[in-house]
Amino acid sequence: MSTTHMNTHDAHEAGAHHDEHHDTGGNTVFGFWLYLMTDCLLFASVFATYAVLFMNTAGGVSGKDIFDLELILAGTAALLVSSITFGFAMICAHNKNRSGTLMWLLATFIFGGVFIALEIYEFQHLIHNGNGPQASAFLSAFFSLVGLHGLHVTAGLIWMVILAVEIMMTGLTGRSLTRLACLSLFWHFLDIIWICVFTVVYLMGAI
Amino acid sequence: MSALLGKLSWDALPYDPIVIGTLCVVAIAGCVLAFLLIKHKLLGVLWNDWLTSVDHKKLGIMYIVLALVMLIRGFADAIMMRLQLALATSGDPGYLPPSHYDQIFTAHGVIMIIFMAMPFMIGLMNIVVPLQIGARDVAFPFLNNLSFWLAVSGAVLVNISLGLGEFAKTGWVAYPPLSGLEYSPGVGVDYYIWALQISGIGTTLTAVNFLATVFKMRTPGMKLMDMPIFTWTCTWANILIAASFPILTAVLAMLTLDRYLDFHFFTNDGGGNSMMYINLFWAWGHPEVYILVLPAFGIFSEIVSTFTGKRLFGYKSMVWATASISILGFIVWLHHFFTMGSSANVNAFFGVMTMIIAVPTGVKLFNWLFTMYRGRLRVTVPVLWTLGFMVTFTVGGMTGVLLAVPGANYVLHNSLFLIAHFHNTIIGGAVFGYLAGFAFWFPKAMGFHLNVKLGKAAFWCWLVGFFLAFMPLYVLGFLGMTRRLNHTDNPDWNIWLYIALVGALVILAGIICQFLQLYVSFRDRAQNLDTTGDPWNGHTLEWSTASPPQYYNFAELPVVSDIDAFTDMKEKGTAYVRKESYAPIHMPKNTKAGIIIGALITAFGFAMIWHIWWLAIVGLVGSIVTFIARAYTSDVDYYVQPDEIAQIENEHLDNVAKG
Amino acid sequence: MSDHSSEAHSHGSVKSYLVGFIWSVILTGIPFWMVMTEAFDKGPTYITIVLLAIVQIFVHLKYFLHLDFSEQGKLDTYSFIFSAVIIVMVVALSVWIIYASNAMMM
Repeated sequence: MSTTHMNTHDAHEAGAHHDEHHDTGGNTVFGFWLYLMTDCLLFASVFATYAVLFMNTAGGVSGKDIFDLELILAGTAALLVSSITFGFAMICAHNKNRSGTLMWLLATFIFGGVFIALEIYEFQHLIHNGNGPQASAFLSAFFSLVGLHGLHVTAGLIWMVILAVEIMMTGLTGRSLTRLACLSLFWHFLDIIWICVFTVVYLMGAI
Repeated sequence: MSALLGKLSWDALPYDPIVIGTLCVVAIAGCVLAFLLIKHKLLGVLWNDWLTSVDHKKLGIMYIVLALVMLIRGFADAIMMRLQLALATSGDPGYLPPSHYDQIFTAHGVIMIIFMAMPFMIGLMNIVVPLQIGARDVAFPFLNNLSFWLAVSGAVLVNISLGLGEFAKTGWVAYPPLSGLEYSPGVGVDYYIWALQISGIGTTLTAVNFLATVFKMRTPGMKLMDMPIFTWTCTWANILIAASFPILTAVLAMLTLDRYLDFHFFTNDGGGNSMMYINLFWAWGHPEVYILVLPAFGIFSEIVSTFTGKRLFGYKSMVWATASISILGFIVWLHHFFTMGSSANVNAFFGVMTMIIAVPTGVKLFNWLFTMYRGRLRVTVPVLWTLGFMVTFTVGGMTGVLLAVPGANYVLHNSLFLIAHFHNTIIGGAVFGYLAGFAFWFPKAMGFHLNVKLGKAAFWCWLVGFFLAFMPLYVLGFLGMTRRLNHTDNPDWNIWLYIALVGALVILAGIICQFLQLYVSFRDRAQNLDTTGDPWNGHTLEWSTASPPQYYNFAELPVVSDIDAFTDMKEKGTAYVRKESYAPIHMPKNTKAGIIIGALITAFGFAMIWHIWWLAIVGLVGSIVTFIARAYTSDVDYYVQPDEIAQIENEHLDNVAKG
Repeated sequence: MSDHSSEAHSHGSVKSYLVGFIWSVILTGIPFWMVMTEAFDKGPTYITIVLLAIVQIFVHLKYFLHLDFSEQGKLDTYSFIFSAVIIVMVVALSVWIIYASNAMMM
């Protein structure tokens, strides 16, 4: 049967890419949104674990001892600014403004990069002072929760680079717009997770 | 520890004669299979038409093949356990030493739930759901193929543990601190972790894929409340997967961090809390049992309505009952660990919720009964399974309500009563359902009928064997026998253990009938072809296609105006209409990327288990790069041309006219 | 072509992004200020920062993720609401279970 498949025309040669049944752009964005919902549950599980373990410091440091709120405020600001720059990138993309899109993506990348750099600094500083994730259940949960968010942001940054290369090479095609829409959801979704992180972990921990 | 091979050394090879024997049989069977494939020149077909296929129907068949293979493995474990317990009475040590026996009961649980029941359910869903909603494929065909290979990857890791190293000795729940590094320093728990983690991610992707499919790709005219009931139950199962499997992913990741990087989530020292593992594990584990059983409920609904020739009684109440079971299924999980000793209020809340969940389940049972009422029930093999289910599952449900009473639970927890209960619901509910669905949709998927005599024999063996094997366990539970015992020394128990072994042997006869049935039906397929595509006078759209369905499913998307869409078309005379011309159909191309990623991820999992870090990096980076490369391929789809469609459609319509 | 399908997720305007951004700055600034200056008692501070976080989540959902109840967007919104319900149940019940059993061991 597959041999007969191969005799038929390739769709990308045929040109017209979409019929009523393969409205792939909309499906992809919706599917990606559903994936984000599963990601929400992943974070929720780690949050629940943090809520259960945050008092178990095993005689070591607690949140109040180690959280540097100025640093966290700086990181939060960077992430928040990166959100709006990504928003501007999306607006440019929908207006078919390629250079504008790339410029705003670059700005987003820089602010996201600042956030990650601050987080790495924080982690490195803690580990250096003997407060690594092996020190207590509290620190295990703390590093895992914050680190899970950080890993997501890092994945978002890598994705951003790949997408920027695509846009540079092929322009703002339907496919790259769909992917940009997915990354936009991902990026803003991580912002929401970060609101929960800075409120539950840092602010409530530092009170 | 060497840099090249990690913890892997000659010591990892098996020394147990039972294991060596098994491996030899597997090796011989593999060689015979390879020989047959080469002899009949089928390797190319296997690769081009199956392993790289993105066709949901073929993926479904491959899932079921995986499930049947793992059924053999899981059942072999079961029969070994029953044999051990029948021999190891009155102080006799039996033939399985504890270290081996513990691996067997762990493997049995993991395999039956994760690698038998789940693939079976997902396989049926793959074959049927897109057809039922009048779609040409799932929303993300490549992802569907990838999910399958991730499931295979997990299954492969479990099976490798048989020959290299060991499997977990912790029970299928792998509670810490037993599963922590301190008490399980070997690779067994690591096999468990990575097998579940990899296949679990595949399952999550499947759920996302099918949710996008049913919400975005229903045929014109099909509203949500027009979807066939099997599709609805699968949709709720997928919602549960999407909401619960991430919890499993998280909890396994935390156990991984504990074991690999000395974190303190669940350890005894450092402030860890192992109860949180138990809590999160069951926050996944309980929805998981509904994930298994809800699609089975859907299958029974389709069968009851088809074979009574009536519309399903209470379609809407069925959908809402499924919805309430799904949501309630998320707030009952503590009943798996009442004895952990949380407060009386906590136990009371979860006990009451558990009893409430029996109500929508009862609604479903009455709906099936009322569908049959004044109908003319054709007693076929799928119907036999359904009737067997209705009796068996009711018993299992009632023992479940007993267990839901926290006070009673303190007596029955971890006893064989519990083992009897959950086998009663999972075999009597889920497995009977899948076997019913297997018999029901087999002609649709394969194009020929199953042998009826052997099908009926298989059913009776399963039913009788089930009661013989598990009713004694209820008794043993009351007599005080706990689960996971390696040997016993209580003469009162012996007779029940012997009966249970007999029951397991009768089930074995049922499984043998099942495989004989496949062989005989395949051998005689020329006489038993399903030429019309509608062997049972079906109600829903899958029966409007040929058997096996055209690879593009529908030449034109059907326009639907009724729940029983195909019955409606047959009544209005709009079924089987010959068209003058067809529009080209947009289809996805097959891809190697799924199997490549699956292989790389298997290598990654294997490397993580044995601490072979270079291979882990190669596997992980390789699979990510493959995924990205696939994302940037443009050569992913093609158009089926109208003349080819016309030829296939006319052939089908001619067959229908003849039949 | 597929830009009408990504249109399903309305992509907002410069103005709506700016409105969302300003709200977020305010809603982030107040809790940080409250905690860093320790200007209030613990109880009111806890309550305020949790409430502000919830409000900020809604702001982000509306202005950045563009969730709404339009014909194309409602499916996304419903799936989010469903997930939120499950999350609240799983997290709240987990915390209840573990805290109650901790209390039993005191």
